[in-house]
Amino acid sequence: MKFNDITHETYTALMANKVRSGLTILGIVIGISSVIAMVSIGTGASNSISSSIESLGSNLIQISPGAEQMRGFGATSGRGNAKTLTNDDAKAIALEVPNVKAVDSQVSSRYQITAKGTNTNTSVTGVTANYPQIRNIEVAEGSFISDTQNNSALRVAVLGPTTRDDLFGENAYVIGKSIRINKLEFKVVGVTVAKGGTGFQNQDDIIYIPVRSAQQYLSGDQYLTTIAVQASTSEMMTEVQADITALLLDRHKIKDPTQADFSVLNQNDILSTASSVTSTLTYLLAAIGGISLLVGGIGIMNMMLTTVTERTREIGLRKAIGARKSDISTQFLIEAVALTLIGGVIGIALGWLISYIVNLTGLLTTSVSLSSVLLAFGVSAVTGIVFGYYPARRAASLSPIDALRYE
Amino acid sequence: MIKITDITKTYGSGDTAFQALKGVSFTIEDGEFIAIMGPSGSGKSTLMHMLGCLDTPTTGTYFLDDKDVSTLTDEELADIRRLHIGFVFQSFNLLPRTTVMRNVMLPLVYAGVAEAEREKRSKDALFSAGMTESHFSHMSNQLSGGQIQRVAIARALVNNPTLILADEPTGNLDTKTGEIVLGTFQKLNKEHGRTIILITHEHDVAEYAERIITLRDGVIVSDSKSHAQRYAKHYEI
Repeated sequence: MKFNDITHETYTALMANKVRSGLTILGIVIGISSVIAMVSIGTGASNSISSSIESLGSNLIQISPGAEQMRGFGATSGRGNAKTLTNDDAKAIALEVPNVKAVDSQVSSRYQITAKGTNTNTSVTGVTANYPQIRNIEVAEGSFISDTQNNSALRVAVLGPTTRDDLFGENAYVIGKSIRINKLEFKVVGVTVAKGGTGFQNQDDIIYIPVRSAQQYLSGDQYLTTIAVQASTSEMMTEVQADITALLLDRHKIKDPTQADFSVLNQNDILSTASSVTSTLTYLLAAIGGISLLVGGIGIMNMMLTTVTERTREIGLRKAIGARKSDISTQFLIEAVALTLIGGVIGIALGWLISYIVNLTGLLTTSVSLSSVLLAFGVSAVTGIVFGYYPARRAASLSPIDALRYE
Repeated sequence: MIKITDITKTYGSGDTAFQALKGVSFTIEDGEFIAIMGPSGSGKSTLMHMLGCLDTPTTGTYFLDDKDVSTLTDEELADIRRLHIGFVFQSFNLLPRTTVMRNVMLPLVYAGVAEAEREKRSKDALFSAGMTESHFSHMSNQLSGGQIQRVAIARALVNNPTLILADEPTGNLDTKTGEIVLGTFQKLNKEHGRTIILITHEHDVAEYAERIITLRDGVIVSDSKSHAQRYAKHYEI
């Protein structure tokens, strides 16, 4: 049989029972579109988590006071309250650990902030001049905190754009204006560029002040809440992390590493933990889609078996006038594959649409990858072949005599 | 030419074995019009399946155009049916929801004949079977019983077979329509020299043939000339 003839026969057969063909195709459409949509949502979630971790800075290692209670995410209650890291620790890391590009000492806490007639409660972070480089922060107006301002413990502040909006109104010009942090007056010297609200902390709703000012005026001691270290390259991170751990254990006179009074967190660790969580999530979503695809495939088989039974006499007639087994099996197999391919194309379009709509809601930036489209298409073709094979073989192996006599 | 020698067909085995044909032999020359008669259970359907290459005999030989077809596989039998045999059945002759033209073309589709050639041959066959062009694009379910049988005859003709095999072709038709269909067979035999085997249990129908083979309980009980000339006046259609 020629290609044209097979197409003609398939078209005639599928059009003969439009409702049944349509419902069977619908099963495949739901299966394929859920695979596409689920995978795109999973990928989108994964990308947004990765990018928000990466936006924290590049090649970042964070040292926090207090024992490390759990690796990656988890309960870390009490860690922030421990006071074990000092300015000298930060200085020692900068001087003694090789392959370190920059070190930033931070003191962070929440305070009530007031400006003329307005007030807000936000995070006030004491930082050094290295902070913008380490954490990928850019200044939109004015300038960031300088080493000089830090060494002299000046009462200056750089505002995040959200904080600026809260205190002075949207996009107000605030350089040179005063705010009060914990009732002490600070002068605004800069505003940072908005980084978006995604991630673990809102980097736009924040106030930066010199770390020495924070220690002197706000916390009143010499301790740090975080030391952020930028390694020179991504490959050096594990080594730098180990060196820092060794140095701090030595400085704090601790023999047993499990008793450490600080924890060193490598950004790569966070990334890999997060990506393993999100890829599990993606697999889970894909599996749900896969199950609906399987159900759709069973629908195809069901329809094809019904069709073969209904058309037994037709098969007998075709065989009597000379159709080979292969002609019959090809005809029924192509019918099944046509159902899944039509379903596959519509399903891909629908999945794409769902993914696009999720995108429009702004919750996630979903992405439909070419590979997931190809996979879905391949799966739909394979579904057709797998679930069409048995009915087609059954049709082809009917004896022409029995088929002609079938009532 | 068809030559069958000592054909037997046994269904089942052991105690439940049933012998439908018990040694049947005959020769049919090209251009003959033969009726095979017999009551139900006489083995005429089984014989029809053998002659139509739908089944193979248990023992005995069947030569179709000097080719032994009694030992062929299913696939080889399909090839023989496609190239050498045309069928007309009692009912369910045409594919539903398919045009007359497409139905007639079907054997050529399976034979892989080019599209332009198919159309030409199908038209010729339809004209030979007494159909008019206005019906060619009709759906098969829009036709009358007589028209369906004539389209089936056209399809049986289209691959230029050695043998046209008609299994109770008038069984579902009223007498008048039946006469028209049988007249069509006669015309094809007389004017185009087609070999036709008609299977029937009705004497009147068998009389259209030149020769009548009668079966009973799996054996031939008579093989004689009919009185076809008496019905010559019914030829016109």
